[in-house]
Amino acid sequence: MTTIVEATGLTKRYGKVTAVDDATFAVRAGTITGLLGRNGAGKTTLMHLITGQEFATSGSIALLGESPVENAGVLQHTCFIKESQRYPDDFKPKHVFATAPRFFANWDSAFAGELINEFRLPVDRRIKKLSRGQLSSVGVIVGLASRAPLTIFDEPYLGLDAVARQTFYDRLLADYAEHPRTVILSTHLIDEVADLLEHAIVVDSGRVIIDSSVDALRADAATIAGPASVVDQATRSLTVLHREALGGFVSVTVTNVSDDDRRAARDAGLEVSAVSLQQLIIRQTGGAPDHHTHSTLTEEASR
Amino acid sequence: MDDGRPIFLQIAEQIENQIIDGSYGDGEQVPSINEFAAFHRINPATALKGITRLVDTGVLYKRRGIGMFVADGARDRLLAERRERFGTEFVRPLVAEARALSLTTDHLIEMIRKETP
Repeated sequence: MTTIVEATGLTKRYGKVTAVDDATFAVRAGTITGLLGRNGAGKTTLMHLITGQEFATSGSIALLGESPVENAGVLQHTCFIKESQRYPDDFKPKHVFATAPRFFANWDSAFAGELINEFRLPVDRRIKKLSRGQLSSVGVIVGLASRAPLTIFDEPYLGLDAVARQTFYDRLLADYAEHPRTVILSTHLIDEVADLLEHAIVVDSGRVIIDSSVDALRADAATIAGPASVVDQATRSLTVLHREALGGFVSVTVTNVSDDDRRAARDAGLEVSAVSLQQLIIRQTGGAPDHHTHSTLTEEASR
Repeated sequence: MDDGRPIFLQIAEQIENQIIDGSYGDGEQVPSINEFAAFHRINPATALKGITRLVDTGVLYKRRGIGMFVADGARDRLLAERRERFGTEFVRPLVAEARALSLTTDHLIEMIRKETP
């Protein structure tokens, strides 16, 4: 398995604030990997560390096997679309697309042209005058048409409406299928992207709390509901993330669920249902700052 | 798609269903991995996993550079398999629910007859 990004004990502190806390994870080459977590969880800092725009306080980060800091050799293979990209004052989108080939060896201007039409982007208007959604689509187009071996999107859809976001997801999938590469998608719209992702890295309060294939996460979790005593019996040996009760009826979200556990629960007359990736992450990151539960899923990382 | 199981299993099952209902006949080509991925809006790796599963179980076979095809006799084998699972997957929960509602077995049989004219 080849990794394109590898972090070991990565830590970034700003004064007293620890933005990234002892993060160890790897991004596999050729995957679409989600970098997920709440606002302020440390996602953007992580991306800055990956692309060498910040120095780590301690620990190490490798991009294509090398430190990315001041390393044009590896950075030329990346395209980082920031949430708040700044452009020169008089720039118009057409200027952005005209300069892009100088930065991205794989730039496809015909593809960029198609995307401009699809996003209905006015290329001749000053960027300052663009709406938030139009500004986002500039980034999305650059990110897709760059075909960079590692493309990172940081919340790329601010201001994009549902139609434009769907266009982005569809074009990303289709182009990724034709031109395999590594994509890191940072987002808090987890439900929208869940099926696009092969792998998910979830950060909470600067810590990596989940690093797992999305399939494994889904297979691992379930919600089991029914009479309290029966549910508690059935979930005795499982990791309980969340428990809701209504009179004698309870609904419990659990992980480490095997097929046998599911079957046994169903045979006991209980209702077993899916937990969406979003629900699972809310259950893992929603509570009070409590780091005692964070070890449950990180074991997946070693797979 | 979402019924709690991994998506690749759901993809595999959906293709099986289409073989069972005759949408894809023996020896016929099924869509490519990228077509499945685009249609279901899922990661191609997930679609690949679903297809690989069907290749492993002998339902589909690969012709290099051309695509994926339905293996001879796949439909009959799938039917036999599904019939075998029918008891545990459908009859057992049906009987359990009937018990919970105090329906007798005779009553249940009567109701099934009514549904199958």
